[in-house]
Amino acid sequence: MSRSKFGIITNGILSENPTFVQCIGLCPTLAVTTSVANGLGMGIAATFVLIASNAVISLLRKMVPDEVRIPIFIVVIAGFVTVIEFLMKGFAPELNKSLGIFIPLIVVNCIILARAEAFASKNGVIDSALDGVGMGLGFTCALMFLGSIREIFGGGTWFGMPVVSFEPAMLIVLAPGGFIILGCCMGAFRAIQARAKGIGAAPAEAATGCGCCAMAKFCHKDKDECEEAKA
Amino acid sequence: MTFTELVLLFVSSIFVHNILLSRFLGCCPFMGVSSKLKTAQGMGAAVVFVIVLASLMTWLTYNYLLVPLHLEYLYTLSFILVIAALVQFVELALKKLNPVLYKSLGIFLPLITTNCAVLGVAVLNMNEGYGLAAALVNALGSSLGFLLAISLMAGIRERIEDNEGIPVSLRGLPMALITAGLMSIAFMGFTGIIK
Repeated sequence: MSRSKFGIITNGILSENPTFVQCIGLCPTLAVTTSVANGLGMGIAATFVLIASNAVISLLRKMVPDEVRIPIFIVVIAGFVTVIEFLMKGFAPELNKSLGIFIPLIVVNCIILARAEAFASKNGVIDSALDGVGMGLGFTCALMFLGSIREIFGGGTWFGMPVVSFEPAMLIVLAPGGFIILGCCMGAFRAIQARAKGIGAAPAEAATGCGCCAMAKFCHKDKDECEEAKA
Repeated sequence: MTFTELVLLFVSSIFVHNILLSRFLGCCPFMGVSSKLKTAQGMGAAVVFVIVLASLMTWLTYNYLLVPLHLEYLYTLSFILVIAALVQFVELALKKLNPVLYKSLGIFLPLITTNCAVLGVAVLNMNEGYGLAAALVNALGSSLGFLLAISLMAGIRERIEDNEGIPVSLRGLPMALITAGLMSIAFMGFTGIIK
């Protein structure tokens, strides 16, 4: 790995942004972005777990046998999720209440396991922690961006302050709005990317099937068998 | 809970609080494996199977292991371990006992361990303080809701796949998300049927 430390951080924010580029971790993204404060809270919680679990998994990487690495990674992640759950209950009970079930569900957030597998199990402690910082920031930015759009246009406020004079569209805060806004933002992100590469360049191939599945990297099934089952 | 309440819970977990379209649990497979109807149904069936079994196991773990030992705060850790072990076990058992079923469902099983719908339903059952019957009914209803939504989604995606009218940058995932949003609006129509 010859990438600079700074490069590792910016990688997570831009070129490998977990939400807009890798399209993983969609559930919390859709569910908690009803307001920008919720998005920020979720982002901070996930960032904490990412940094801590990446660092610990990187320390353990030489001791863990290959066959049982996934269960061990999950246990490490679940431990840190329990820690953040306690911290939130103690210091931010309101936020804990509004994020609800999505705090324990950080365990199964694909971003965290995917980074453990793709980065932390192959790199040193410092680099892995920095990768956690970058990915966490990328996730937090995406959540805050979506949260801002939904809160401003759906609720007429930003961090609870009234900001618009028109009648906000309630639908945007409700479930359908989450899907539609994320779809539109992703489309816009791709269009901008395509333009940056030059007009006429094909946008990034839409991820479907195995390519899109967050488990693809550690799916022990044969790729051909997988494609065959899909066909 | 009375029988009527259980029936209402069943209907509401399929339609009103649809696990995908209203609770946002399990979106990754919803987007990832919904491009073909057959695959989507296979995934949906595997999810029904695993969610019901996992809810039973996590309910027993919570009420007969964690509560007596006053270790309720370890629920996240123990639930995910139970689910991971269960999925592994189901895979082995299916391979040995029913190769035909294994061929159609087995492929999806490893993906289900980190599917937030499974852990989500287990945690919901715990938070709501459901008894065993209610927990199982909720699990069955939620997972059937998953099967319903992912099958509908795959049907729509097969139809719009080759549509030249969709802007290039919206093809694939973004369009699927917008479709899901429209489906979610339709499902909001069920809100009134149960108080």
